[in-house]
Amino acid sequence: MIKTDILIIGAGPTGLFAVFEAGLLKLKCHLIDSLPMPGGQCAEIYPKKPIYDIPSHPEILAGDLVKNLEQQIAPFQPGYTLGESAVSIEKTEDDQFIVTTDKGTQHQAPVVAIAGGLGTFEPRKPPLERLDFFENKGLNYIIKDPDIYRDKRIVIAGGGDSALDWTIFLEKIASSVTLIHRRNEFRGALDSVEKVQQLKNEGKIKLITPAEVIGLEGETTLSSLSIKREENIHQLECDYFIPLFGLTPKLGPIAKWGLEIEKNAIKVDNTLDYQTNITGIYAIGDVNTYPGKLKLILCGFHEATLMCQSAFKRIFPDKRNVLKYTTVSGVSGFDGSSKQAVKSTIKKIQ
Amino acid sequence: MPQDITIHLTDREGVHHELIAPTDMQMNLMEICKAYELPVAGTCGGMAMCASCQCYVESDHVLPERSDDEEAMLSEAFFVKDNSRLGCQIQMTYAIDGLKVSLAPSE
Repeated sequence: MIKTDILIIGAGPTGLFAVFEAGLLKLKCHLIDSLPMPGGQCAEIYPKKPIYDIPSHPEILAGDLVKNLEQQIAPFQPGYTLGESAVSIEKTEDDQFIVTTDKGTQHQAPVVAIAGGLGTFEPRKPPLERLDFFENKGLNYIIKDPDIYRDKRIVIAGGGDSALDWTIFLEKIASSVTLIHRRNEFRGALDSVEKVQQLKNEGKIKLITPAEVIGLEGETTLSSLSIKREENIHQLECDYFIPLFGLTPKLGPIAKWGLEIEKNAIKVDNTLDYQTNITGIYAIGDVNTYPGKLKLILCGFHEATLMCQSAFKRIFPDKRNVLKYTTVSGVSGFDGSSKQAVKSTIKKIQ
Repeated sequence: MPQDITIHLTDREGVHHELIAPTDMQMNLMEICKAYELPVAGTCGGMAMCASCQCYVESDHVLPERSDDEEAMLSEAFFVKDNSRLGCQIQMTYAIDGLKVSLAPSE
């Protein structure tokens, strides 16, 4: 069981910054995120895009914002459970919360801060008949164990980096790899596009464009696909079909935690501390809603700060505390590091 | 004083909406839909990186051509037709006054 002071669900900018504000109050944090890396939407959807409304940054790439935040919070040694989604929550008799992930990892904390943005990132699923039936029976959206594809006939669909990268990777171990995309142009890193071109030229992979998979066939497991290219439809036998159309956020299991939900977001008390209708559970950043809500990273930072002050009072109801300024008090990390403004020196002039 | 334009939009339930859109606020169709609280997620915020604002253009207005980003996103979107566009890439200008669109199914 992982134990912490504030359990943060969602490692996007808001969740990451909460670690800093909590650290100033000597509160430890642990973050859960369904993505394999911190950064949320900034890392998954637009790492290379600039943001212009982060105070004091006239322009910053979303990926760099995440990198800077990771650096800023590093002294507070946050724990991470990455690549796992929070699925259930329960309250213990001594007022603690236990949050369990889809992989069974358990976390315990007196305060839970949901900073889940638009939700958990899930694979975008093509609208094909019998899709549900073939899931994990030859149809996979995520490549967890590449070894199952050894010496198998693989069909990948998609036109982005993951389709290109997995085509390149699986070509080495699969008996055949076919890449299908709706047009001839691919949106991916140039060297990946060139590598796939080379593999195609060498006859090591098969490329079918502009085409799309329009049907799935098989008795108990997937055995072939219907592929439409221009106006012709043909069958292609395969062992595995891997549609890689990116990820899309869904609020998911959190919606069933008994929290008040409005317009797919969690209602919070914005006059005080961004607490939800369940005492001890807060919602900050894009995941929450209140009158006048703006889904902006800078608003998330503010919400995270107020949440931490309230969390401190919940964890230490009798401990006196005042707001401190980092310029005055410096930053003392849990790793023993310490940052302090240079003290002025006084010297007499003779 | 810049004039507003009218967009005729059919939602996923087939209900018709008349949207009055300002032309001086640099708004796009996805944002107009959100301003009218229509069920358009606009997940990526308007970067042509999700397809949650996909719509079908049903009038013969001449729209600016699809950018590479929009083309790439539509090539990975679902329920795409020849008249598919991403709402976030359609700017509110006089040239599209009276545009008729319908929302594509949500994924």
